[in-house]
Amino acid sequence: MGQTMTEKILSRAAGREVHPGEIAEVAVDLVMTNDITAPISIREFKRTGLERVFDPTKVVFVPDHFVPAKDIKAAEQAKVMREFAREQGAVYWEVGRAGIEHVVLPENGLTLPGQVIIGADSHSCTYGAFNAFSTGMGSTDIAASMALGTTWVRVPPTIKFVYHGTLPEGVGGKDLILYTIGQIGVDGALYAAMEFTGETIDALEVDGRITMANMAIEAGAKSGIFGCDDKTRAWLANVTDRTYEPAESDPDARYERVVEFDVSTLKPLVALPHLPSNVHAADDVGDVRVDQVVIGSCTNGRLSDLREVAKVLAGRQVHANVRCIVIPGSQEVAKQAHKEGLADIFMESGAIWSTSTCGPCLGGYMGVLAKGERCLSTTNRNFRGRMGHREAEVILAGPQVAAATAVLGHVASPAALN
Amino acid sequence: MLIRGRVWKFGDDVDTDVIIPARYLLTSDAKELAEHVMEDLDPDFVGKVRPGDIIVAGKNFGCGSSREHAPIAIKGAGVSAVVAASYARIFFRNSINIGLPVVEAPEAALEAEDGDILEIDTDEGAVLNTRTGRSYSSARYDDYIQQIIDAGGLMEAVTRRVQARLAEERQA
Ligand code: SF4
Repeated sequence: MGQTMTEKILSRAAGREVHPGEIAEVAVDLVMTNDITAPISIREFKRTGLERVFDPTKVVFVPDHFVPAKDIKAAEQAKVMREFAREQGAVYWEVGRAGIEHVVLPENGLTLPGQVIIGADSHSCTYGAFNAFSTGMGSTDIAASMALGTTWVRVPPTIKFVYHGTLPEGVGGKDLILYTIGQIGVDGALYAAMEFTGETIDALEVDGRITMANMAIEAGAKSGIFGCDDKTRAWLANVTDRTYEPAESDPDARYERVVEFDVSTLKPLVALPHLPSNVHAADDVGDVRVDQVVIGSCTNGRLSDLREVAKVLAGRQVHANVRCIVIPGSQEVAKQAHKEGLADIFMESGAIWSTSTCGPCLGGYMGVLAKGERCLSTTNRNFRGRMGHREAEVILAGPQVAAATAVLGHVASPAALN
Repeated sequence: MLIRGRVWKFGDDVDTDVIIPARYLLTSDAKELAEHVMEDLDPDFVGKVRPGDIIVAGKNFGCGSSREHAPIAIKGAGVSAVVAASYARIFFRNSINIGLPVVEAPEAALEAEDGDILEIDTDEGAVLNTRTGRSYSSARYDDYIQQIIDAGGLMEAVTRRVQARLAEERQA
């Protein structure tokens, strides 16, 4: 019987053929934690009595959530991670060379087709964009993998999503994934692998695929995955010369479900509070005023996102009642945005141009919301209290809607600017 | 294991951002985290919950972030078990790993009300609601997961493996 790409990758890593539903121990190619989750992982790792992690070239620590340290406690947590990373000779980038984990790892060529990648961060599913099996776990699972070089997984059934049609202008990866979550719900793919296919996906650039894989967790999925094609190979050729072994699904692979969407008339979308599945067309929500717009994060903080934003903001002004905060996904993105003049456009328009950090995405700092405030954000979660006070509201959207909303002061797509 | 406790009932899709908001993720200390458990859903919960109480919820409990601080905060507040219709997978794993009993029993979860007393027998996979007298079966754990539970948590199981390996290496 045929296998899906996810089953193939896990079979390879288990050293035997595995099937959906069974639990398998698999070798891991990359293990990642950040400044919030690392301290617990390190504490738990030390309990094993081991002195060294299984392979320091495969253990990655990224300071991104509360750094540059927002307060003393954040500084202490970052310090615990930094010192352990140095002592182990593990992969680590300091503030000024780093950025948000899910932007930095691919940029450094660490996430490759056919790999098994786990991270103590739920959006570790992002690397499925590169044809890896990648998923988020908790700190203790990561500690176990730092010790053993393996982890256990229940082999997920795969749900195949087939997208038909050419995307209209101004509609992208964020709209595709919001639409999908809106259709199937926040537990619509619970425990499953989402496999994204179809001619729309073939035409989608890698950055759009990253945005989609990033939000697979928002449908409850264990992972999201794409095939490896010329676009993937070209993207990776820019960042690494390492070889890799992609996995393709067999024609007779078994799927739990096949879901088909015609997206040729898809509109720019938003997810209204307080679930990512509360999806509406941006131009259909009426007069929804916002106090703040956040552009950035592991979902939409890459250069291509910032270019889209700059196109809208160029020659325009952020609305007087709006605080617009633009945050590059990494130091590399920041540098390039400066070179291309994007940073100037943001600042001329009256937006803030920050250093790279998770910051406001999780209500950490750099734009926390007061009671009753409303923020439109290119991030991935709009749960109650996510970006600040429990009575604040978060609306999710792609970069173009975010930029148009910043200018108009109410939720809208760029079409409303003309 | 036998668990008996009073019910606090919540709805569907309770996410980790309301179980423990990110603004408190500046520590991994169970007692400190417990002071804010469920705060964004019910600010009074911390003052009401007593050691031994049980959290009951609908589907997809613990969705969202992978923060292990969520089950740590629940356990730190003295909650003896969670009973839900279904769980988000990372939360489920994290709970097993740190020894917080998580019971999947959709009907028991649906019919329980605030203040009910539940009696849970995790070995038998049974949940009894003493108010209604109804008993329900709960989903059984896989053998692999049961081994982690029996060891007392993931790191206990891993430490045993590591120590056995080190002992072997010393002998060789
Ligand atoms: S940007 Fe937001 S979602 Fe992404 S890793 Fe940081 S906190 Fe998590």
